[in-house]
Amino acid sequence: MWTVAACLVPPLILSVFIFGIQTLIITAVSVVSCVGVEYLSQKSLGRKVTIKDGSAVITGMLIAFVIPPGVNYLLPVLGAVMAIYIGKHLLGGIGYNIFNPALLARAFLLATFPVAMTSSWLPPLKEMAIFSYLGTSIDAISTATPLAVLKEGGMVAFTAQFGEAANLYTTFFLGWRPGCIGETSGLLIVLGGLYLLYRGYITWHIPVSVIGSVALLSWAFGGETLFGGDPLLAVLSGGILLGAFFMANDYVTCPTNKTAQLVYGVGIGALTVLIRQKGGYPEGICYAILLMNPLSSVFDDWFKPKRFAPPLAPQGGAK
Amino acid sequence: MASLLTFPKGGIHPPEAKELTADLAVEEMVVPAELEIVLGQHIGAPCTPTVAKKDAVSEGDLLGEVVKGLGVPLHSPVAGTIKTLGMSAHPMRVSVPSVTIKTDLEAPARKYQKSDWQKVSKEDLLKKVHAAGVIGVGGAGFPTHVKLNPPPSNPVDTLILNGAECEPYITADYRQMLEANAEIVEGAKIILKILGINKCIIGIENNKPEAIKVMTEAAATGSTTEFQVSVQPLQVKYPQGSEKQLIQTLTGRKVPAFALPSAVGVVVHNVSTTKAIYDAAVLGKPLYEKIVTISGKGIKRPANLRIKVGTKLSDIVAYLGGVTPELSKIIMGGPMMGFAVSSLDIPITKTTSSVLFLAGDEIDSSPHSQCIRCGWCLEACPMGLEPKEIALHVEAGRPEDTGRFGVFECFECGCCAYVCPAKRPLVQFIRLAKMKAKNE
Repeated sequence: MWTVAACLVPPLILSVFIFGIQTLIITAVSVVSCVGVEYLSQKSLGRKVTIKDGSAVITGMLIAFVIPPGVNYLLPVLGAVMAIYIGKHLLGGIGYNIFNPALLARAFLLATFPVAMTSSWLPPLKEMAIFSYLGTSIDAISTATPLAVLKEGGMVAFTAQFGEAANLYTTFFLGWRPGCIGETSGLLIVLGGLYLLYRGYITWHIPVSVIGSVALLSWAFGGETLFGGDPLLAVLSGGILLGAFFMANDYVTCPTNKTAQLVYGVGIGALTVLIRQKGGYPEGICYAILLMNPLSSVFDDWFKPKRFAPPLAPQGGAK
Repeated sequence: MASLLTFPKGGIHPPEAKELTADLAVEEMVVPAELEIVLGQHIGAPCTPTVAKKDAVSEGDLLGEVVKGLGVPLHSPVAGTIKTLGMSAHPMRVSVPSVTIKTDLEAPARKYQKSDWQKVSKEDLLKKVHAAGVIGVGGAGFPTHVKLNPPPSNPVDTLILNGAECEPYITADYRQMLEANAEIVEGAKIILKILGINKCIIGIENNKPEAIKVMTEAAATGSTTEFQVSVQPLQVKYPQGSEKQLIQTLTGRKVPAFALPSAVGVVVHNVSTTKAIYDAAVLGKPLYEKIVTISGKGIKRPANLRIKVGTKLSDIVAYLGGVTPELSKIIMGGPMMGFAVSSLDIPITKTTSSVLFLAGDEIDSSPHSQCIRCGWCLEACPMGLEPKEIALHVEAGRPEDTGRFGVFECFECGCCAYVCPAKRPLVQFIRLAKMKAKNE
């Protein structure tokens, strides 16, 4: 658990340089709230307190990672209550939660504070002035995320604001774009994910199937013509990488069998592209994962591990 | 050497911990003053005693026989007098019927004369193996004469000797292979004659290069055109010594669920069982001694001992100078599949191959937590089962629903529990599920 938390630290540090010091404050508020809510939940439900296992810390970091950098500090506190108390402990505690707690928090905040959650985007800082956004009115400086621009104004508006797509790969990959706190730096997220792969904590199945299907389907259906989309830009914008490496493959809420995981990952990718293209939101990975979560146990039932050898056909009562 | 044979699915590589006893030659343990011989040592019906209280017995005399059902006779490991027909402590069944013998410590050890097995018919060889009370000493305790007489509907073409010894700590088979390699190869030839086939493969894990070397030489010396014995080194992976995994590794054949190896034309015997078959056929010596590895940081002097069946753990501890202050858990059998015991009154049986006295730093006794569905147990399971689901269903009070996750195909190798990050006692959950499901 603590290794996963450690893998989330580099994107967090980078976010301070992209959006300013308040990303650190939001994350701290979120982590402290999650640990506190976990403690209170377990106490009030008469369960063993397990705040030291690090799972609440990860949830706290992930909640902060999927909300915009300009939100009120109260939002992560509410998110923590939703994620930990309702999403996790009322469903039975760790291991029994059906939905990814951090994404449940994001969905809840998006429904209850739609304005704050969809307009508190900050433009990336220049010259590392990390304190410059503190105390300023968010309304005055807020901007729009690349996916929102793309959705509202199409490729023309997108290139007008962010420049030619080809030049953007590097800046987007490094993280210098508007977006949620922890989702922007593809590089650091992928590095963290690769480290978890190397240590054997995660396997390639879900990240590859999610990213692969998003890239493929965005290429096919994301452009003005069939197969005219930009798969790389689709993967680097929004929260695809964060979702693929740190959320879709959450042990508790994803299927356990590898074949099931591949189908599950493709399902998430397909739903994400569907929401992005046809839905009301610019980004779809959050809802895509939440929609696939409850199917995990169904997939585990459909795709069983291959047994060593089946029994002999019953003949002469042999057992 | 990179492409050594092994089984394809699942498995783990726990610390081998064999260095504690690997280089210690088998040592004859002093015969204790009293032995408790359990009447039900094998799979099948337990023996009915053929002796009465105060009877005098000599070494190798009959103590009990199976009147009805599957089983083999039981013999006295020593000369002495029958003290009681009572009960003994048992690691799994709490207490079981047994015969207690007061040893005549003055009596000399019985001598056995060699005879030429080649002149004996296969029917008579089979009778000798049965009469000597030989069972699978690797742990299962299946009567050997039954395995040597497969049903005619399942023609057998290959004999496999299991020298994998994949459990950590245990070096009993290893020492047997080093010290009795010629006898094992002769035993293999006896089995081939009984089965009427000519091909035998001895599978040995590659962490025992000495054993591979001497067994290869012995196999080359002993092989004839009639009986071809060869050695196959195997990749070190637990549970390589599991019958089904070993057969798959060496022949590519998969034994169907709930079927015996003869269903795919194979018979498997442990190397130590093969030695017992040799003793029975050539010397006429019944099975009443066992090489047992006594190991772990919790015992003063680890050793490979030749022990009389019926020797109590307390006698072994006393013989080896006692336990160390670090002792934290005693396990009969290997660390993966063995049973923790709570008493030193438990006697050794024909199937005991090790007793481990483990120190605190050799075990993990941290409490278990909830399943987080990481799926590592599914990856580790060599049988393709779903340990996590079985455990969750047992916890939820629904053990009767665990059949569809393969609970009855589980042979309790313990790979799932070994990899579980939540330290869940998955094998114990599985044993509970099997017990509950059987009772209903």
